[in-house]
Amino acid sequence: MLKLDNVTKVYKVGAFGGKVFAAVDGVSFDVQAGEVVSLIGESGSGKSTIGKMILGLASITGGSITVDGVPVKPGKDYYRHVQGVFQDPFSCYNPVFKADRVFQMIKDAYYPKLGDKEWDERVRSTIRDVRLDPDQVLGRYPHQLSGGQLQRLLIARALLLDLKLLVADEITSMLDASTRIDVLNLLAELKERGLGVLYVTHDLSLGNYLAERTVVLRRGTVVEMGATGKVFGDPLHPYTRQLLAAVPRLHAPWEDAAPTQTCHYHENAASGAMFEAEPGHLVACAQLDACPK
Amino acid sequence: MSLQVNDLRVYYRTLKGDVKALDGVSFSMEDGEILGLAGESGCGKTTLGKSLIRMDGRMRHMGGTVELDGRELPIGDDRRMNDFRFREVSLIPQYSMSAMNPTRKIGRMVRELLRSRGATLDLDELESRLSLVELPHAVLDRYPIELSGGMKQRMVMVISTLLDPSLLIADEVTSALDVSTQKAVARALIGFRDAGFVKSMIFVTHDLALTSHIADTIMVMYAGKLAEKAPATAIVKKPRHPYTKLLLDSLPEVGVRYTEKRLAGIAGSPPSLLDPPAGCRFRSRCPIAGEECVQEPPMAEIEPNHFVACWKA
Repeated sequence: MLKLDNVTKVYKVGAFGGKVFAAVDGVSFDVQAGEVVSLIGESGSGKSTIGKMILGLASITGGSITVDGVPVKPGKDYYRHVQGVFQDPFSCYNPVFKADRVFQMIKDAYYPKLGDKEWDERVRSTIRDVRLDPDQVLGRYPHQLSGGQLQRLLIARALLLDLKLLVADEITSMLDASTRIDVLNLLAELKERGLGVLYVTHDLSLGNYLAERTVVLRRGTVVEMGATGKVFGDPLHPYTRQLLAAVPRLHAPWEDAAPTQTCHYHENAASGAMFEAEPGHLVACAQLDACPK
Repeated sequence: MSLQVNDLRVYYRTLKGDVKALDGVSFSMEDGEILGLAGESGCGKTTLGKSLIRMDGRMRHMGGTVELDGRELPIGDDRRMNDFRFREVSLIPQYSMSAMNPTRKIGRMVRELLRSRGATLDLDELESRLSLVELPHAVLDRYPIELSGGMKQRMVMVISTLLDPSLLIADEVTSALDVSTQKAVARALIGFRDAGFVKSMIFVTHDLALTSHIADTIMVMYAGKLAEKAPATAIVKKPRHPYTKLLLDSLPEVGVRYTEKRLAGIAGSPPSLLDPPAGCRFRSRCPIAGEECVQEPPMAEIEPNHFVACWKA
């Protein structure tokens, strides 16, 4: 459904834009309907930039992003099918208005002809879909709701449209452990109903919990991608191993990843292609910065 | 015994009344101990950290005492606390990004800071500490903006501990960092304790998995009170308080998949601290709450060094 083909984003930096910086460099992957793909990377890896380009919030320098064959085109027709939810639910609401105003804005923009009663029914059933009690959340101000509730309301807002793809950019980073998992379970349920979800995160354990497939980004390029079980169970790229070793675990001591010196995929690197270690499990050149690409 | 906190009460003054952010907290810390302080947002963990070093204008000390190395800390008196800050009690703030003066080179800033405290800069000592956290000595000639987030965090760590404080409060120091930098910063903290730069440390975080790697003892707070305090392994392997159990169960670990094991969050939300309910504060969300929970459970030592505030534990 969502398809990224050799996508590049170059920012001009420096005093007069004299230098260029490639935030995203030749990234290709896809998201199917009914699938969660997690996009994992540290800060500066370009993961949010990819999310922004899909949502039409940043221009694309090179390559193409298509949803069902249609290129990204910011506008009502596009946003009817593609929506995003972001990290900070507290700043997504206007504090002087009631939180359910976000639903009214959807109605005004997309369903102006719909009757109030019918709309109200739809809002309530969607709120129940995101595992909230409509009586508890409707008519409240943002400060009266918890972060988890606000985040789920934003997902409900997106669901009111004919949603095909949801870009979830770090949506659980600001939530507490006890509510975070509810939002994740909700995403998993939506996926089972046929929605495609691009789950952008820096937290490997959350991505691992939820996603069918994982894409690991490093400095704007994909270093490893494939089925989540394969990427986390048998990581081939030293960077993925290093990341996994750094994740603190409850029941195991911190381990140090053994540095890999040799690279089996080096010959592919010159052509810029990724090596297919197993069907669907792609790995980039392992020599990190020494790569000739 | 390095730190002894007795029945500490700190309230926030608001227009609606007092928010009882810390409501009778008592605990003690040994020399050389790293205490991990965990809990959800709004449970009072940051308030506890702040009240040990500097209360902001809205906070009021309502009762209880804090003793550090046998001397009572005048935590309610902002002026008198100045004698203790930086020398005896020091802090690593959460946002080290904004903790350093952006208009000074770091070396000059450190020198000015020490002069203002009446101490002189021991350059050799500073450089040996920089190498301990794997920072090049050249950082002293740079401006804070030239350092990455993890480097700034480590630089602030070095600065905060320059006068070898007895107690160091590390408030969410790794929350804004990537996993690999987080690991380096966490290990540097342990290294500081081992090298004797700080006697004991309170490590405030919401990440239980990370705390379990750093801390010797973990203290779990809920709604302004202590829920459980035990050695780190005991908290992770044999938690006794229902809140700790549920919190641990809601943590996704690498290897746990949605399709194989469905994790659950904790239903409901913490009570308002403006007018907290009587009895156990976790009662309304607790799956095993019973009639006795209307009474407030005392903090009981059910095993050596394992304290739990729950009737059912």
